[in-house]
Amino acid sequence: MSDRNAHYVAPVDETQPGAVDQVNLSARKSNMWIDAWRDLRKRPLFYVALVISAIILIMALFPSWFTDADPGRGDLSLSNAPAEPGHPLGYTLQGYDIWARIVYGAETSLTVGLLTVLITGVIGVPMGAIAGYYGGWVDSLLSRIGDIFFSIPYFLAAVVVMSVLSDYRNPLVISFAIGGFAWASLARIVRAEVLRNKNLEYVMASEAVGRSRGSTLLKHVLPNSMGPVIVALTLSLGAAITAEATLSLLGIGLNGYYSWGNDIAQAQTVLRTNPGALFWPSLALTLTVLAFTFLGELIRDALDPKARARR
Amino acid sequence: MTETIPVTDSHGTVPVADPSQPLVQVRDLEVGFQTQNGLVKAVRGVSFEIYPGETVAIVGESGSGKSTTATALMKLLPGNGDITGGEVLVEGTNIVDHNEKQMAAIRGGVIGYVPQDPMSNLNPVWSVGFQVREAIRANGVATSKKDIEARAVEVLQQAGLGDAERRMKQFPHQFSGGMRQRVLIGIGLGADPKLLIADEPTSALDVTVQKVILDHIESLTRDKGTAVLLITHDLGLAAERASKVIVMNQGRIVEAGPSKDLLSNPQHPYTQRLIAAAPSLASRRLESSIAGESQDAKTFDVAQMAEQRAEAVDADAPAVISVRDLTKVFSIRKGGFRSEPFTAVDKISFDIPKGTTLALVGESGSGKSTAAKMILGLEEPTSGEITVGGTAMTGVSRKDLFNLRSRMQPVFQDPYSSLDPQRSIASSIAEPMRVHKTGDKEARRARVLELLEQVSLPAELFNRYPNELSGGQRQRVAIARALALKPDVVVLDEAVSALDVLVQAQILQLLADLQAELGLTYLFITHDLAVVRVIADNVAVMERGKIVESGTTDQIFENAREPYTQRLLDAIPGAGLEWTV
Repeated sequence: MSDRNAHYVAPVDETQPGAVDQVNLSARKSNMWIDAWRDLRKRPLFYVALVISAIILIMALFPSWFTDADPGRGDLSLSNAPAEPGHPLGYTLQGYDIWARIVYGAETSLTVGLLTVLITGVIGVPMGAIAGYYGGWVDSLLSRIGDIFFSIPYFLAAVVVMSVLSDYRNPLVISFAIGGFAWASLARIVRAEVLRNKNLEYVMASEAVGRSRGSTLLKHVLPNSMGPVIVALTLSLGAAITAEATLSLLGIGLNGYYSWGNDIAQAQTVLRTNPGALFWPSLALTLTVLAFTFLGELIRDALDPKARARR
Repeated sequence: MTETIPVTDSHGTVPVADPSQPLVQVRDLEVGFQTQNGLVKAVRGVSFEIYPGETVAIVGESGSGKSTTATALMKLLPGNGDITGGEVLVEGTNIVDHNEKQMAAIRGGVIGYVPQDPMSNLNPVWSVGFQVREAIRANGVATSKKDIEARAVEVLQQAGLGDAERRMKQFPHQFSGGMRQRVLIGIGLGADPKLLIADEPTSALDVTVQKVILDHIESLTRDKGTAVLLITHDLGLAAERASKVIVMNQGRIVEAGPSKDLLSNPQHPYTQRLIAAAPSLASRRLESSIAGESQDAKTFDVAQMAEQRAEAVDADAPAVISVRDLTKVFSIRKGGFRSEPFTAVDKISFDIPKGTTLALVGESGSGKSTAAKMILGLEEPTSGEITVGGTAMTGVSRKDLFNLRSRMQPVFQDPYSSLDPQRSIASSIAEPMRVHKTGDKEARRARVLELLEQVSLPAELFNRYPNELSGGQRQRVAIARALALKPDVVVLDEAVSALDVLVQAQILQLLADLQAELGLTYLFITHDLAVVRVIADNVAVMERGKIVESGTTDQIFENAREPYTQRLLDAIPGAGLEWTV
């Protein structure tokens, strides 16, 4: 193209235009969830988090598979005794088997975590979805209620509730105490997602067909808003387990249940003579919370195409 | 042929480049992007020159590499992109290995840039004056505060802002889209660059504004002898504005040459297809009646389509849908508890005879989309009447309205948001049938397969998802969904506006075929008069909520009475093209 007014034509065999807008059927099937799963499968950290979560879950369901010892049997003759076959982590001040108490404590932690997540979701998702989708005064009302709960730190609220209900220190009450105040931030996330989705044209198309507003919300808007909800719930699972342990540590948590938080509290007095009594339940707690936090963050990255592209 | 351009420089001292030496020379340019699937070459072996004072246009569809080429000239590629081969000579110096500091001297000073979207390219928290001054300071045009201020006022005056000194203190949201684009052009030209790169400078603007802005760029650059590199998807616009046109496809140049030569004598099959598919060129081609038989079965000739439909129209058919005095008044909040009525649609009336297409044309804010929403029952009319096949839509029970809805189906503008991303293609197409409880599962399945065939999509797409499809394919799915209940009327709200020209022509062809086959009636809402000529039998032009002119397509195009319609017609890119074949 040295002559500035030359008419240049590329060799056609190299630049043959294909058929207009042809469907590529050989491409792999994909949608948001399939893509996210493909991404997760490539991440080693996902397997680590998954394996730890799975072990905790199995421990909670079948504790006897992991230990023959009775976590409720304290033998003072074994006070602060070292590890021995069948009792790999040794004994506490009261002569309880540390490993057995960790295994049986998993059930409590997981129960509280899952119940809290369930309560958070059951309150937060409808509140956020209805506020976002219907807007107007409904939104104003529901959002203000949410703001009130949001302004109370959920942990502070849980401390107050557990102190008042000192006769009912069971996992259900503690889950309500945490979840009943933690749902407001989830509701905000749901509301924002619904607001984003409700103005997209497929929602308009669905209403133009004659689908009612409520049905459109359930069938189209909510399923497309679930990504961030799943992430938020997975992350709050870890937070709920921490909250339960902290409440138990403060002595206003569970009463009469095997709880890592209780064990950590009791091990404080023997920190210098028997550090294992404090270390092992703390490690169990940290690993569990970390596993769920990683799961949440990995799912968040996997669901976000922009985060995928950055890697 | 060497043109001599009178070049004046506002400072009067800088020596002017020799017009016989290229200002920018691109040789075998290759640009690659680092992605998950490895290095993807977006530009492959592109070579061209820009001479001083010349206007060159790069034309291509999305993904052709035209914008990447332009940004590579300024080394403003996104983080994962890099020039992987070839050289870019700016005034004889290769800039491929220039560092950021060296590039800063070239950007603004030698090469100015006007971005695509005026809405997002001005920082909303700074006043317009601040942003102009910032650009002037950065380009080193002036250094003292007073000089910068004086230059900023000058730039804005050139941008066509009457009281520039007052408006400098205003913020971007107080400017219209066209005004903002003028400011951005002012910033781009602020340091008197030798080349101005304009990347789709008007695609986000209304057609009449588009014409004004392009005229504005043209007059400013002609006065100063600035060369222009215009990036556009519209071949008509490119040919009208540029002396040289470069056609790109899949990262390569397929054809390049003087614009008239390229239009009248396209050599490459891709260029031939583009010309056949461009609606803006179709009206011109219709007038010179050169719409011959297309040589290539894959080519969709839009001019040919327009001729065929003109013969087939039956003017005496009964009206399927008729609208009488339809009005919509919104109340706009004015702060506090006060509100003000705003009439978005003002007593519009029209009839659409069975089997024909009415195009409702207007610029943004003309009320055309509000009218469409009322007809679809998505918005409650303030007053007026809509009758569908003899049944009034207003004042009927919910159940009757529900049934009426099955007779009118929409196709919306944005193919990327009009399908639920979590539903399979089959589920999306079958949705109207599920909602209206027509047929059992087996019957619905059969109907979906039939519909896929009608919109020329393979049956294998049945259980695939929308994000596997291109924009044009998604729009086909949306059309299939609209046809699921065998409606009488399909409301196409800017249904082809977001598509590339070739795909657009293909969809227009599909719509015409379906209309002929199924006797469909279309209400076609659009801002693009060029497309109207191809698809519509009748046209109604809307301005500020009112229908200002209506008639058959030929009447409007050949004999527009209203000055507003005339302005819209003049604004079609390529309308002023002197073009003989």
